[in-house]
Amino acid sequence: MLRNEEQILSKIATNDGHGENSAYFDGWKAYDTDPYHPTQNPKGVIQMGLAENQLSFDLVQEWILNNPKASICTEEGSDDFKDIAIFQDYHGLPLFRNAVARFMEKVRGNRVRFDPDRIVMSGGATGAQETLTFCLADPGDALLVPAPYYPGNDRDLTWRTGVKLIPVMCYSSNDFKITRQALESAYKIAQESNIKVKGLLLNNPSNPLGTVLNKQTLTECLNFTNEKNIHLICDEIYSATVFSQPNFISIAEIVQENPKINHDLVHIIYSLSKDLGFPGFRIGIIYSYNDVVTNCARKMSSFSLVSTQTQHLIASMLLDEVFVDRFIKESSKRLGQRHGVLSRGLAQVGIKSLKSNAGLYNWMDLRMLLSEPTFEAEMELWRVIINEVKLNVSPGASFHCSEPGWFRVCFANMDDETMMVALKRIHKFVNQNGKIVEASSRKMWRSKLEVNLSFRRLDEIMMGSHKMSPHSPMPSPLVRART
Amino acid sequence: MAIEIEKPRVSLSKVALSETHGEDSPYFAGWKAYDENPYDELNNPSGVIQMGLAENQLAANSGRSSTSSFRENALFQDYHGLQSFRKAMASFMEQIRGGRAKFDPDRIVITAGATAANELLTFILADPGDALLIPTPYYPGFDRDLRWRTGVNIIPVHCQSSNNFEISPQALEAAYNEAESKNIKVKGLLITNPSNPLGATIKRSNLQKILKFVTCKNIHLISDEIYSGSSFSCDEFVSISQILAEQNYKDSERVHVVYSLSKDLGLPGFRVGTIYSYNDDVVRTARRMSSFTLISSQTQQLLASMLSDKRFTENYIRVNRERLKKRYEMIIDGLRNAGISCLNGNAGLFCWMNLSSLLLEPTMECELELWKLILYEVRLNISPGSSCHCLEPGWFRVCFANMNEKTLEIALSRIHDFMDRMRKVKISLQ
Repeated sequence: MLRNEEQILSKIATNDGHGENSAYFDGWKAYDTDPYHPTQNPKGVIQMGLAENQLSFDLVQEWILNNPKASICTEEGSDDFKDIAIFQDYHGLPLFRNAVARFMEKVRGNRVRFDPDRIVMSGGATGAQETLTFCLADPGDALLVPAPYYPGNDRDLTWRTGVKLIPVMCYSSNDFKITRQALESAYKIAQESNIKVKGLLLNNPSNPLGTVLNKQTLTECLNFTNEKNIHLICDEIYSATVFSQPNFISIAEIVQENPKINHDLVHIIYSLSKDLGFPGFRIGIIYSYNDVVTNCARKMSSFSLVSTQTQHLIASMLLDEVFVDRFIKESSKRLGQRHGVLSRGLAQVGIKSLKSNAGLYNWMDLRMLLSEPTFEAEMELWRVIINEVKLNVSPGASFHCSEPGWFRVCFANMDDETMMVALKRIHKFVNQNGKIVEASSRKMWRSKLEVNLSFRRLDEIMMGSHKMSPHSPMPSPLVRART
Repeated sequence: MAIEIEKPRVSLSKVALSETHGEDSPYFAGWKAYDENPYDELNNPSGVIQMGLAENQLAANSGRSSTSSFRENALFQDYHGLQSFRKAMASFMEQIRGGRAKFDPDRIVITAGATAANELLTFILADPGDALLIPTPYYPGFDRDLRWRTGVNIIPVHCQSSNNFEISPQALEAAYNEAESKNIKVKGLLITNPSNPLGATIKRSNLQKILKFVTCKNIHLISDEIYSGSSFSCDEFVSISQILAEQNYKDSERVHVVYSLSKDLGLPGFRVGTIYSYNDDVVRTARRMSSFTLISSQTQQLLASMLSDKRFTENYIRVNRERLKKRYEMIIDGLRNAGISCLNGNAGLFCWMNLSSLLLEPTMECELELWKLILYEVRLNISPGSSCHCLEPGWFRVCFANMNEKTLEIALSRIHDFMDRMRKVKISLQ
């Protein structure tokens, strides 16, 4: 037995930086223990907390069957096996970089050019985000992130890097748009706490909002970061999931149109996990306009290179322009259709979603179902949705949303029938709404222990435990609830 | 771009600006020389022959197509890794150890290569400013992999040629005391077994002494066994996992094994690394951290298939060992004929060559002069011992498994000619 177990591992190993003790993951655990299956477990939990794109695999599978040479495991492709297997250069296969650059250009309607020599690989966007953070910030520095934001950021950007996240608050009153005022306010909070801000991280299209940033906002953000001489990181992982107007505008386009701004401050994160639906392949990309960052990130990519077997396959696939054009168009169409089905289904029972045109989810407004406008009530509602309606949706609190009552519900990771089942359950739930809210209030009084547990989790999320500035003036909803 | 405008220097992190990525060392300068002037039998017969790359290209690698659906595989991003893959890895690791140790698939954590595995373990076992002890000479990549982003220090455990560079308890104590005197907290000892660059396995008795040492100091033991399948015979290699099994896993929670398929199977491009820890907390944390560096599910699928074919793996392990042994004997004979002696090796993809007699003075500077001579005039990229932190100048690592026989013959004849020339120069100086 190792003596003094706690001290025998590092602080990183023993803190909560892995982020798995949050509500976001509780829903997943509920799904894992009781997963829905149409015949084997029709009463199980339907997974609507996983932002995955599973709608267009038939197109990919068809391509795989028609292109055996792309796989080094087939008769047609096995001649390439040795060369591919021994290639470990962290620059990556040239064809792979070319293919990714070309694909990124197509997704942006060929309005920009990407230099394949600036394409740096990493272990999924997860690895890419962390690597970029290591390059741009020191332990104790901070990144500004507009909230609501992807819960994984709390771990990916801070766990091993020691960097802090400061939310830029956005509100439903203006559809959660990022304002200059909010940026300045977040920056000021950092300054007052003596924390050095190193950059602003944008997610465009947004997870969880499903909206795209307009030219004005992008330019505003670019100007803000230039003025403060801080970095601008744009995570464009959902760029090909845009299914209706307005068009997606990439930061690359703004950079191209503004030669006077400092390009050394701009970096793009990308991945094929969402647009193509390949999260298992771990294809993350860093595209920086800064030579030093590109070189450093490339060296660091040694810690998380993309398997050459996968690089080879993806290169072949993405260089097939006919396939790519068709895929982008068809995938976008199917996402739009599915989004429509969900939005209309929700509207039928009076549930509104934020108007969105991208992403793999809706940002659902369930404020009218809260017993009171608090995060505590949001947690109670969420528990009811998980345990009784049996849908895993993600509560806004886990995205650091400023207002309780918003939930992210994913729609692209299931087939049509499952979507129908999910909608039926939602309809039933809303129609019985009165009884359920009452029941949940009774539950609150009966089971103090349960409530305390949810308070603690809320605490961890809202107080941001050790990851946010202790001087953050963001009011605790718990304090609000008590007064 | 017309005019260069003076832009305000925007700051990057200390990690980004540090030189701990290590690429300005001779280890890599040789590679650059090779890249600029690579040997090719037909197109560039006077180019630099790459003998600085520890890769195994000797054994025929065959692939098998997978039967599971593309979609399921492409979606699988669970950081536990495919169960079929972990089972196959566990079984392969057992086979390499002749069944003398058992591996539980649930203790296998996947990472994109041993590079990632070693860094990940360092993040988990040590805080910035802490240290790991590493016996010298050691793999140059450790300087970057273990220190760069983690902020952890390496304290060398100096080994001497007088006892064949074996790790002695005295050397371990000396290194530990050095750390203490500098107020540096030692969190673990990392050994590579079989050793890179020595090309030799660690004796059983030494492993036992090592285990005693780490237990006494209450620190971790990382055993990087990346070359375990490259020992020339099955009996030569003793794994730490065997020692633990023999003592009923008493005190095993401090032990962690790193493995990869880059050397034994010659698949460095696929980025297949694993951490096998006997400590539950480490397994759990490592698994979570592996999110930053998972193995492509496509590759897991392929290897699950390949490695669970026991007939293939048994045959492969045997043939690989035979070919490596044969190649080792060829290079040792060739070097002996040229008047060069090497450390007695029994594993790995390289030999540890002694050129100390060629040094004008027994200094690192002279070693580097000799190295440059060999690189630019003899046109062989071999790795100088100083880049491996060897205390004694004059030793060089020479890789022999990353080329065909013909190329090795040419390399050996170049060495032969070079040694002839050096002897003539020496005689004329005398």
